[in-house]
Amino acid sequence: MTAVPRPHDHPDAALRAEALESLLLEQGLIDLEKVEGLISRYEKDVGPMNGAKVVAKAWTDPDYRRRLLEDGTAAIAELGFAGPQGEHIVVLENDAKVHNVVVCTLCSCYPWPVLGLPPSWYKDPAYRSRVVREPRAVLAEVGVTLDDDTEVRVWDSSSEVRYFILPERPAGTDDLEEEELAALVTRDAMVGVGRVPVP
Amino acid sequence: MSELPAELPITGPAAPPRSNGELVFDAPWESHLFGITMALYEAGRFEWGEFQQSLIRAVHGWETEHPDGEGYVYYERWAEALEALLDQRGIVATDVLDERTAALATRPSGHDHPG
Repeated sequence: MTAVPRPHDHPDAALRAEALESLLLEQGLIDLEKVEGLISRYEKDVGPMNGAKVVAKAWTDPDYRRRLLEDGTAAIAELGFAGPQGEHIVVLENDAKVHNVVVCTLCSCYPWPVLGLPPSWYKDPAYRSRVVREPRAVLAEVGVTLDDDTEVRVWDSSSEVRYFILPERPAGTDDLEEEELAALVTRDAMVGVGRVPVP
Repeated sequence: MSELPAELPITGPAAPPRSNGELVFDAPWESHLFGITMALYEAGRFEWGEFQQSLIRAVHGWETEHPDGEGYVYYERWAEALEALLDQRGIVATDVLDERTAALATRPSGHDHPG
């Protein structure tokens, strides 16, 4: 790591986290190898690529799509994705008539097994308050322009439920295989703040 | 548009989504704090819902004191939430943590960048 100061460097917070870790290690309450394994899992293995596989399968397998919309957690577990923050996943479908977008107004609830840890903007006060008050304006700012007759629904994850968006399959992708489709799906589309681009 | 609050910033931690290529953590201490929390949770030291409630309180407290939202650092609130929970459980008392933090701060230079 270089020592270039960045806005995110908070020496006191870093020191305090180190102090906490050292106390827990001394008490034998945590194991450093396990802590590092958990960090690595969420940095490398659990992420939007999981959700993209779910979306691509739903686009190509109507039975799976039906199961996914009926019971998100169970259908997602079929592909091997489960774990913390994924106990009650509700899948919502975006189309020309309805555009769903997800937020957690109180903290940062997010479906980890399919999307990994939430990005900074999702946790930030600006997004959390504004997307509820003026979803169309926020969506337009990030490039999602909606027809006037498209209904916008904002879903607040601040409960047991974690919402996951099944985005609309882009036009011109009829010939693509499931794996190729998965490569098109973006995290933002699965939160409802983006669309899957036409390849 | 003048009646609307300031637009979302284009860059920085509060920037709206424009790509998927961002890091999960902004600094090593954030990732360690996350790893510690998950390790304690997996070891059954608390229910996830308890941590979540503590996090909601920490976020709400900060936002009440900073209505403009400037300077928000998510993992500082996460730290506050974890510390409160561990203190409440008698696992790590806040004053013990304060003392250890102060002790680490007085280390001779050259020892303040472990790893």
